[in-house]
Amino acid sequence: MIHVKMKVNGDPTEFLCDPRETMLDALRDRLNLTGAKEGCGTGDCGACSILLDGNVVCSCLVLAAEGQDREIETVEGMAAGEDLHPLQRKFLEHAALQCGVCTPGILVAAKALLERVPDPTESEIRYWLAGNLCRCTGYDKIVHAVADAAIEMRST
Amino acid sequence: MALDDLRTKEFRVVGTRPIRPDGIDKVTGRAKFGADVTASGMLHGAILRSPHPHARILSIDVSRAIAEPAVKAVVTRADFAGNLEGEDWNVLENIMAGERALYDGHAIAAVAATSALSARDALKLIDVTYEKLPFVTDVDEAIRPGAPVIREGAADESVPEGLHPNIVRYHENGHGDVEKGFAEADLVIERSFVTEATHQGYIEPHACLAQLGPDGKGELWCCTQGHFAAARICAKLVGIDASQLRVTPSEIGGGFGGKTTVFIEPVALALSRKANRPVKIVMSRSEVFRATGPTSSASMNVKIGMRKNGDITAAEGEFRLQGGAFPNAPMEFAAMCAFAPYDLEHVRSRGWDILCNRPKQAAYRAPGSPMGAFAVESVIDELCNRLKLDPIEVRLRNAVKEGARAAFGPRFQRIGLIETLEQAKAHPHYMAELKPGQGRGVSCGFWFNHSGETSVSLALSYDGTVSLSVGTPDIGGSRASMCQMAAEELGIPYENVRTTIADTGSLGYNDISHGSRVTYASGLATIRAAQDTIRKLCARAAARWEIDEEAVVWEDGHARPAGPNAGEFEPLSLAAIAADMGETGGPIAGHFEITPNGAGVSFATHIVDAEVDRETGAAKVVRYTVVQDAGKAIHPSYVEGQYQGGAVQGIGWALNEEYVYGDDGCLQNAGFLDYRMPVASDLPFIDTVIVEVPNPGHPYGVRGVGETSICPPLAAIANAVSNAADVRMTHLPMSPPRLLKAIQEKELG
Amino acid sequence: MEYAAPATLDNALALAHETDGQVRFLAGGTDVLVQLRSGLFEPDLVIDIKQIPGMLDVTRSPEGAWTIGAAVPGRILGTIEGLRDDWPGIVEAMELIGSTQIQSRASLVGNLCNASPAADGIPAMVAAGATVSIAGVDGLRTAEVADILMAPGQTNLKKGEIVTSIDLPARVAGSADAYLRFIPRTEMDIAVAGCAVNLTVKDSQVCTARVSLGAVAPTVLLVPDAATAICGTCLDETALNDLAAACRAACRPIDDKRGTVAFRTDIAGVLARRAAILAYRRAQERESA
Repeated sequence: MIHVKMKVNGDPTEFLCDPRETMLDALRDRLNLTGAKEGCGTGDCGACSILLDGNVVCSCLVLAAEGQDREIETVEGMAAGEDLHPLQRKFLEHAALQCGVCTPGILVAAKALLERVPDPTESEIRYWLAGNLCRCTGYDKIVHAVADAAIEMRST
Repeated sequence: MALDDLRTKEFRVVGTRPIRPDGIDKVTGRAKFGADVTASGMLHGAILRSPHPHARILSIDVSRAIAEPAVKAVVTRADFAGNLEGEDWNVLENIMAGERALYDGHAIAAVAATSALSARDALKLIDVTYEKLPFVTDVDEAIRPGAPVIREGAADESVPEGLHPNIVRYHENGHGDVEKGFAEADLVIERSFVTEATHQGYIEPHACLAQLGPDGKGELWCCTQGHFAAARICAKLVGIDASQLRVTPSEIGGGFGGKTTVFIEPVALALSRKANRPVKIVMSRSEVFRATGPTSSASMNVKIGMRKNGDITAAEGEFRLQGGAFPNAPMEFAAMCAFAPYDLEHVRSRGWDILCNRPKQAAYRAPGSPMGAFAVESVIDELCNRLKLDPIEVRLRNAVKEGARAAFGPRFQRIGLIETLEQAKAHPHYMAELKPGQGRGVSCGFWFNHSGETSVSLALSYDGTVSLSVGTPDIGGSRASMCQMAAEELGIPYENVRTTIADTGSLGYNDISHGSRVTYASGLATIRAAQDTIRKLCARAAARWEIDEEAVVWEDGHARPAGPNAGEFEPLSLAAIAADMGETGGPIAGHFEITPNGAGVSFATHIVDAEVDRETGAAKVVRYTVVQDAGKAIHPSYVEGQYQGGAVQGIGWALNEEYVYGDDGCLQNAGFLDYRMPVASDLPFIDTVIVEVPNPGHPYGVRGVGETSICPPLAAIANAVSNAADVRMTHLPMSPPRLLKAIQEKELG
Repeated sequence: MEYAAPATLDNALALAHETDGQVRFLAGGTDVLVQLRSGLFEPDLVIDIKQIPGMLDVTRSPEGAWTIGAAVPGRILGTIEGLRDDWPGIVEAMELIGSTQIQSRASLVGNLCNASPAADGIPAMVAAGATVSIAGVDGLRTAEVADILMAPGQTNLKKGEIVTSIDLPARVAGSADAYLRFIPRTEMDIAVAGCAVNLTVKDSQVCTARVSLGAVAPTVLLVPDAATAICGTCLDETALNDLAAACRAACRPIDDKRGTVAFRTDIAGVLARRAAILAYRRAQERESA
């Protein structure tokens, strides 16, 4: 077993893991953070998206052991206390989720986009999120929600 | 069940777009999906699957696996009930092979171990000896003379004598004399069509946590579209009483029909019983593709005759669907829906259900209908092109309306096909100019919609808020529409209602969340349960006022005297009556149980613009408009979402999604990398138009909306691509190799 | 399986050398973890190279040659000043790989060492004439990219050897490259065919060219006949047709779930034409600049 110390959503944390375990396994099974989902285990669906030192990655394609001294952010860390992140609010207002299983990954990926590109075009949103599969919505309301959140975040 | 009396007031809550009640849980990661639950002492299960498409299982030696200290139980077919028949036997045979492996990925044995990794490792220690058998995976090859027989004697009495044993069911419908009709036509076109199998593609793999004791009492948590049905079938498969197995549905990460049956749940129960510990099983994506239900692949012939003025004189269709190694491919739905939009004097439709060495098909959004519509609507488009007629005008000329006899038999009640066509015709999309290289396609589509057993409970709290329990898992926001309907009927704010999906121990039997039935049937039962509650509330007011119950009416959330003769009393709010319900007769709750019979059918018309790269065969959808009859949209945002989601699944099916089998009979693309579902950058925005022609069978006029949206896209996109490329595409998906080949063959003449 | 994240190259080499059994180096992990998860492969030791100095660096020599560290993720390449100006085809090939998420992790060297016939990065590197720096216990060596590829999934790297960087030569005026691939969707697919063209123009005439094809043979191909077809021309229609024909003639593809022999062969020619036009236009811009 490997001993890993890292920060998750700002909190120092540590755990033991098998060398074969992925970061997704560790988050879900060791740290009880089940917001990130395993949709494929091969980096093709984005449901397990997290931020690793600020960059969006598929946590199923990161070894848990690679977490040593890194900073992880998950969907559980997006809201500030009672205040939802603008993306979370806009997803609700726009009904940008149906089943909701892809939503955590899409929110995390969209957050990374808006931190880099405050005023994305429709095409930029679509290409940035191309690694996040959603089977329910056809992406329509998701793209609208991200664009609307960007407008709100620019004005505050 | 008639549409309630014409309402004198506008809807107050219905038709608005409130935030869904489970919303915050789902944007914060708190919502518990199938794989998110755990239990103390829990083991992890894993399933060994056949690498062969068809093989006799000569022996299974589990001794090396059991010897591992981490392994606590191993099960094979011998650990399940042995006395099953019919579809129960089919389900068991599918979730754990008996004497033969019938498809690549068929479950052979399962282990439970102390970690997911050790369970997976233990699978390598199970030794199976197979005798490989001849196999067939193609629907047309499966009925050629000499094709390997999947199961002797599987055909039912519907199948005429002398057909290949792989044909297990036959269906026929229609009326009139098609030969007479074809003779009256100015142009008759007959074409053959093929659609490949596609998967529902929900993002959440099947997952469950099961606990079954030696006393035969069990608990099951799972992601399912129907936990009552899961309880029934699981209990049968492991040989316990259904009422002793309580099933609690988790949040469900998409289903589209694919989670209407069970795969891993009985296996987890059997492992749990053997180990006497809770067992969790989570499928990998590759297992989902290899071993859960894709839809059928289809081979079809359609022949339609038309006059120069656009009147259809006759129509005939043949629909051959394979549903894997088990019966029940939805060929009759293909045959029944294909011609449903048209008022035809002469029509005949036939269907064949065919076995292949593929996984057992499961329902996928309007099962059968999209394939049938693809074939029929493609031929209509070609007729319109050849006769230089407008495709919407032709459809309007022939469209069914109230009173018309459906191609499949009954007469339609009030329906909205013509309204969708009129709206499509008037839409700016239909008038917009196309750019070079683009083509436009139109198609109609039809789905029956389903009702099913439904049971709902509604309980008041002392503070006047309401707890609504329904038994249909929320797959796309239905808790919001249930809250809306309860709030509407009771006259209280939306926020004062909380909807819970109750477990199987808490409500009467509820049919699965399928057939677009939830907003219709659970909604109807919710409204009736609210009305039951209102009767009780009025009785309490009557008792307090010491007047007859009939002299009290319920308006705007208050009990009021029915008129001046009833006396003068201050209206009593729901909260006021609830506040002292303990002393005025006890708790107040409303109930309703029914299998309703008024699920209104629904129609849609789609318009698609597509662009084709003639050098590469790449096709792209550049504009898309859905016009569909919802009856009444309870929460319009989620109705639009169903329209958009169905259209995009259709885009995937039409352009790229398909099950690819190799020469070895094994599935070649069991992952999201090569099973190519649409990604965000593939798509335009999907415009929607909600048409509301009320369903007389629902108090508010609701029709199911979930499935009809996938019926027109295959044909609408195929028509757009065919018109853009100037070559008729008859094989879906129109993947670039297929489209380029068709373009080049046409160029070569 | 064991995991190690050594802090120096020497430690990594020593670990790799001393370990009996299979060793895998981990950069972005986007191929290694997929193989691990699917049970295709389980190494005895995974050596994470990201702690090793230089592995995450991109540098330009005073002469204009580039060195791209083995673990530099795709998302970085486009942000390095001057790299896209010199090697637009290399950068666009890398950026085509996978999703935003994959771009945060996947590296060019990883793409090379995974040795997929359909890798997007490799045709661009082969057309560029890129070399790799390889470290082993016996010291350092360099090799042409094309020379280390043996078969699908196979390189001729010796046990314990680490590719430490991709090295791109300095550019002369009027040079540019381009990479195009064909996929059925707009994103997330593996190339059905890919083509990279790297050329230099002088007075509107192509004077040198390298053309490379991906996903049409067991390994990425360098197609000298395709280069010959356009050298000395102004990329007129005849030259483009000859280029397409030479590319198609070089194809030795397979039928599989991603495409047919006929389709791949056909598309290779289409992509070659389009990539050549793109590279040519870029080179002309750079000639006048």
